[in-house]
Amino acid sequence: MSIRSLRRLASLLPCDRFLAEPQQLATYASDGLTAFHEQPLAIAIPETIEEVITLVRFCRDEELAFVARGSGTSLSGGSLPIAGGIVIALNRLNRILRLDPAQRIAVVEPGVINLQVTQAAAAFNLHYAPDPSSQSICTIGGNVAFNSGGAHCLKYGMTSNHVLGIKAVLASGELVEWGSASRENVGADWCGLFTGNEGLFGIALEITLQLLPRPECYHTVLAGYRTLEQAGDAVSAIIASGLLPGAMEIMDALALEAATAAVHAEYPPGCEAVLIVELEGPREVVATECQRLDAIIAASQPVQARPARDADERVAIWKGRKSAFSAVGRLSPDFIVQDGVVPRKRLGEALRRIGEMTRDAGLRCANVFHAGDGNLHPLILFDGRETGTLARAEALAGRILKMCVEMGGSLTGEHGIGMEKRDYLPEMFTADEIDCMQRVRAAFDPNGIANPGKMFPGGEAPALQQRGLHPLEKSGAISRE
Amino acid sequence: MNDDSRSNSLREITPLSIDELADAVRSTPRLLAVGARTKPRLSNVAAEFEKISTRRISGIIEYDPSEFTFTALAGTRLDEIVSALAEKGQYLPFDPMLVEAGATLGGTVASGLSGPGRLRFGGIRDFILGVRFVDGAGRMLRMGGKVVKNAAGFDLPKFFVGSLGCFGVLGELTFKVFPRPTCTLTLQLSVSGIDDAARLLADASNKRWEPDALELLPDGQSVVLRLAGPESSLVEISREILREHSGESLTAVEAATLWRNLREFRWADLNGALIKVATTASQLPSLHEALKNEAAQMHVSAGGDVAYIASPDGAAIAAKLQELTLRGIMLRGTGPLWCGRHAKSDITHAVKNALDPDGRFPRIDP
Repeated sequence: MSIRSLRRLASLLPCDRFLAEPQQLATYASDGLTAFHEQPLAIAIPETIEEVITLVRFCRDEELAFVARGSGTSLSGGSLPIAGGIVIALNRLNRILRLDPAQRIAVVEPGVINLQVTQAAAAFNLHYAPDPSSQSICTIGGNVAFNSGGAHCLKYGMTSNHVLGIKAVLASGELVEWGSASRENVGADWCGLFTGNEGLFGIALEITLQLLPRPECYHTVLAGYRTLEQAGDAVSAIIASGLLPGAMEIMDALALEAATAAVHAEYPPGCEAVLIVELEGPREVVATECQRLDAIIAASQPVQARPARDADERVAIWKGRKSAFSAVGRLSPDFIVQDGVVPRKRLGEALRRIGEMTRDAGLRCANVFHAGDGNLHPLILFDGRETGTLARAEALAGRILKMCVEMGGSLTGEHGIGMEKRDYLPEMFTADEIDCMQRVRAAFDPNGIANPGKMFPGGEAPALQQRGLHPLEKSGAISRE
Repeated sequence: MNDDSRSNSLREITPLSIDELADAVRSTPRLLAVGARTKPRLSNVAAEFEKISTRRISGIIEYDPSEFTFTALAGTRLDEIVSALAEKGQYLPFDPMLVEAGATLGGTVASGLSGPGRLRFGGIRDFILGVRFVDGAGRMLRMGGKVVKNAAGFDLPKFFVGSLGCFGVLGELTFKVFPRPTCTLTLQLSVSGIDDAARLLADASNKRWEPDALELLPDGQSVVLRLAGPESSLVEISREILREHSGESLTAVEAATLWRNLREFRWADLNGALIKVATTASQLPSLHEALKNEAAQMHVSAGGDVAYIASPDGAAIAAKLQELTLRGIMLRGTGPLWCGRHAKSDITHAVKNALDPDGRFPRIDP
């Protein structure tokens, strides 16, 4: 880029919102996938949607690559900067523009934090359902770009199931508005196509989210089992019973050890696995269904089953679960997390094979997963200071991903392909299918300037080096799942 | 392949397998895929577009109840799917429409129609997981996945919902399903007019009761609320609702008839126009007002998020929707396909061009 162009770019924003000093750029060099880092040309920090549009159109005119970034918690390297490109940091577009309790919607800017939507909606007894474990820091813009999930996806779906409307500036410079405050749509589902675009189509500027009434009542049970297989069998029995729990999560022994150390969570002793099941709904319904659930769990021979007796106990159960990932950071200097999906009935087989592959690689792996939807989260532990271990850990991660696809599942349940899994995309899609996706991408981004190098295989690989945990992760503010 | 019926106005090419479907697409320069034609306005396109029917490409090809998923060919009739799921205690929570009329799964996706049950867990877009389709270049492609959770690649399966066959021909579809609630209970609540009705729809949607369906009937005088769950709890919740609102619970037979009439659009004249409109509960009073001098009937579905309007004069309704800046689509009758406000954008054409470079399928233009 010419000096003249760079000056023109810098002049688009006040100098305190245009960062180009090396020490300022370093903050943005990595996202939640810390193994990758890349120094961008500059960081632009717009405060209004007009400024975002101006920046994107500048990038279009100059064919300058850009990466939209929220809180930088992507676990697939999705918000990793592009060498020679700019980062458009959207954290200051953080206004909740409208909250309509009668229609049960919130219209938000992309930099609004996920949990803030639920906090704002709580006054009306509503909530925003998608709850990625990084929800206290991740932004709605990032959630939309990567179609984020959470612990409640089987019953409530992912981010895309809660996006009713999107106003966006596309990489072509076009300003579009899709959807509305209505849950129903007429014509092709553009919001559905845009959600999960991994930053390759453009930047969402205003997002209309559906809110749901807060469930009146919960019944949360924590059950410990001697083996992972028994916990898996309990999940199968619950599914077969016709119950539809809001969440079903399993943690293995290593994850339990980590959570115990980190947040002093208490689990039944001698357990190889803990299952968390949560029912929710009107009190009369939960009162009936909890009897069925408790009977199924009692019949599944747990070491101990412990229903939460009050809201505090429920919070404690979830705190242990949601902290598991950052807690694992205490057991190992470095780790990689994967999020492949397998058909639910093959969970047991998948976990056994992960165990075998991990032993063969001479590594350790903790497992925390969404058992209801077959979404695995193997955490591969390693010490990046030892030569060759990062490569071994990456190779193991790759074998796990291939296994998921072979079993009829998916490369990713909720983290996206990003930088991390782009070379595995052909495991799941044919050359024609990838070509089709690339043509769609080119329709939105004819110059290939929006987050280039992500999702699709090939392209220049950025620097890969082990840098330890993300600073926010070390502090326990965020976790990987 | 069977094209013996080309002579009449409903002539169509009827491939017998998904491979024949791809061949038929490749050898037909202008075409529109059709199913059972239960929404006839949607397939009423320029005569140059030959019709390829998917109705002989039919059958559930994978169904594993423990996975909460099934995969079926596009021409599979909804009634076959509904009964196969019911046998295993499961259902499609978006509550498909026109089941008895013979609607197909592919046609339901392409038209983007969901039923009253979309209130609770979402519409058809929220349950579609994967598609196999033929693009305009004649390539058979798979997008999405076959597991309940998947974030790999662009979400073209969702994009096809409501796309009217303009971007590709659907061959096979994978859906998420849920366990069927053990029991349902329907309450009929009386309302004093459209304002009262709009208020009740919004209020009841926000209550702790978690209604399964919430509809304003075409008579304009009653809101029906369906609860779903264990029987004993429904009775208790229904008592609370009936203390707050005047009304009564329907018998199982009455309820079944009522829901069938709504699902099959039996309240609407088969020969008139039938238009689906995306709305909100707060827009209903002005919509009602705009229709008051028209010979129109309106069924409001899903807590106020969709209205179905039946009228002998579709064009007049379309003009009213334009004034109100509402968006609709005509399912039956004569008049414009796209009714009301539809913004044009460059991206529509760019994506159309990416998926259908030769213009094999109809244009998506309003």
